[in-house]
Amino acid sequence: MIEIVSRDRCISCDKCIAVCPTNVFDRGEDGIPVLARRDDCQTCFMCEAYCPVDALFVDPRSHPLPEPPDEAALAAGGLLGSYRERIGWGRGRTPGARFAVGPSLDRAGAPLTS
Amino acid sequence: MNELTADVLVAGGGPAGAWAAVKAAEAGARVVLADKGYLGTSGATASAGTGVWYVEPEPEARETAMASREGLGGHLADREWMARVLDQTYANMNELAEISKYPFPVGEDGRQIRRGLQGPEYMRRMRVRVRRAGVRVLDHSPVTELLADGSGAVAGAAGYHLRDDRPFSVRAGAVVLATGGCAFLSKALGCDVDTGDGALFAAEAGAELSGMEFSNAYAIAPAFTSVTKTAFYSFATFYRSDGSVLEGAGSRRGRSVIARTLLSEPVLCRIDRATPEQQRAMRLAQANFFLPFDRQGIDPFTDLFPVTLLAEGTVRGTGGIRIAGADCSTTVPGLFAAGDAATRELICGGFTGGGSHNAAWAMSSGTWAGRGAARYAAGLGGRAAARPVRALGEAGVRPSGPAAGGHAEYVAAVQAEVLPYDKNLLRTGDRLGAALASLDGTWRELRGTLREDGAGVVRARSAAAMAAHARWMYNAALARTETRGMHKRLDLPEQDPAQRRRLVTGGLDEVWTRPETGALAVAS
Ligand SMILES: Cc1cc2nc3c(=O)[nH]c(=O)nc-3n(C[C@H](O)[C@H](O)[C@H](O)COP(=O)(O)OP(=O)(O)OC[C@H]3O[C@@H](n4cnc5c(N)ncnc54)[C@H](O)[C@@H]3O)c2cc1C
Ligand code: SF4
Ligand code: SF4
Repeated sequence: MIEIVSRDRCISCDKCIAVCPTNVFDRGEDGIPVLARRDDCQTCFMCEAYCPVDALFVDPRSHPLPEPPDEAALAAGGLLGSYRERIGWGRGRTPGARFAVGPSLDRAGAPLTS
Repeated sequence: MNELTADVLVAGGGPAGAWAAVKAAEAGARVVLADKGYLGTSGATASAGTGVWYVEPEPEARETAMASREGLGGHLADREWMARVLDQTYANMNELAEISKYPFPVGEDGRQIRRGLQGPEYMRRMRVRVRRAGVRVLDHSPVTELLADGSGAVAGAAGYHLRDDRPFSVRAGAVVLATGGCAFLSKALGCDVDTGDGALFAAEAGAELSGMEFSNAYAIAPAFTSVTKTAFYSFATFYRSDGSVLEGAGSRRGRSVIARTLLSEPVLCRIDRATPEQQRAMRLAQANFFLPFDRQGIDPFTDLFPVTLLAEGTVRGTGGIRIAGADCSTTVPGLFAAGDAATRELICGGFTGGGSHNAAWAMSSGTWAGRGAARYAAGLGGRAAARPVRALGEAGVRPSGPAAGGHAEYVAAVQAEVLPYDKNLLRTGDRLGAALASLDGTWRELRGTLREDGAGVVRARSAAAMAAHARWMYNAALARTETRGMHKRLDLPEQDPAQRRRLVTGGLDEVWTRPETGALAVAS
């Protein structure tokens, strides 16, 4: 579930508001998105993929954590923006799709690609 | 009220809706696409990604591809439809490479490998293509009901702009329903937008459903998480909490062993049968698979972690709106269906499991439905927008008695009957019967009173769609008195050769199921 909107990083581009499939975000008075309908979050990581400055963190658990995780610790551990990095989105990156060849699963030996 | 007109209205912006919109526009239609979420991120494909049934047009390869799943699907698929889908999928994947410049990986032979699509990348590019085709895209604008003319032909739809907080309507010559399957708000990856709305709309217009007994897909996920990416569990071993191996448990076959065990104790997992090279390939292939592990400090190749099974309903099942023609028309004039909203039995019978077919069906059926809808609308010759229309919505919008709210309670009541493994996955006649009786009660109450105003109409209609699905599912599951495809009856474990036929289901207040008669010809 969406846990963090970083006030320090957010540039108020409204991208997350536009792309969230379940319409979780509203624009806050100060321009920073607020989690207006957080219970609807479907833990799909899409907002993270689209945030240009890695200001969002979606925890993989589908329920809210008792306390939001520590932003500095996430950043230090390379977890803020890690999904966007892996799919190769952002300036100067190569799309991850280019390298998406998985191990073969079937007898014919065809590689799994998705 | 925002009032729009179009030749073709597409409801849903997953792959099926996106292809339908592109192909309708290329056929010359003025197209509006309305999505509950956002075209590009919404739906199962955008967040999950898919393997695709992409087979080179060599007779032998095609034959092997078609034969490989016929048994698993209970011999309910149709060779002609399979061949068409293989052709169309091949063409669309090549368009993705050439028109959308999708960055497919390149194999050792220097050729692109076009057998899979990463969700965010695929759907971002489809959004670009849809917009370049001149389609008007309405994001965060769920459709809530269909409109019909005096003859009963579908003539548009009404919906709600969530971000502007106001209703809209689109008068259209034809409508394509591409609203995805029904996963009952189980929080499976990307699936909470898929509440089966399109099938409810279709049924209200008089359309039929098919294959609704094949609607009990359950996917493995690390416990408490949403990530139902299952391919790599082929390399896993499953354990009990005392560390002993859970015999018979597996990803492709043996999910029911996992389910049965989960009813009384945790099931642990470790992906311990992959070589270091395979492990590296997994990371490159599916970035989202690793999110639950990396973000909880788990090494899935060396640590034991608890798993769960999340319901995906008809998303990775095969039931949906019945297709009546090669252009993905339904039995209702002006109404077309594509993707998971439609039945996928035509190409995979009663089982999809490990994927590829659904993605191929989404792009192929979307293409045909888009073109078919454009042709139908053109045939109306400009009369479309002048037709007097009436709104068809019933449950959740026009209750038969005094209105009251309460969608959340109805959702909970439906979930209590469809999510538990011992009701929906491990099926018996007794349990199905009891669950159906309870769901019938829920439906009666909902039909009598449920209505919510403003944006609430969207949630009320989703609740109604889920209640309708649950009843169609169990009605069909009771009618299929055997085990076939993903429909496994513990009390009737054998396949009955006399029941090698599809089941058609329909109705809202009175739900019915009957065997399909007559083969579905591909009129090309
Ligand atoms: C985890 C996972 C992995 C999968 N892997 C594979 C695979 O490897 N291979 C494979 O073939 N298939 C796979 N599938 C299945 C595949 O994702 C689906 O078959 C495919 O997404 C269907 O496309 P669709 O466009 O019909 O539906 P979706 O992609 O689900 O899109 C439906 C769209 O309709 C919109 N919508 C819903 N209700 C309304 C409404 N009332 N009004 C307007 N819009 C609405 C939604 O917002 C959404 O955008 C997988 C599914 C999951 C969940
Ligand atoms: S994880 Fe998905 S549903 Fe949740 S806030 Fe982000 S985009 Fe929205
Ligand atoms: S996408 Fe990122 S930067 Fe843009 S508004 Fe959302 S949190 Fe802020």
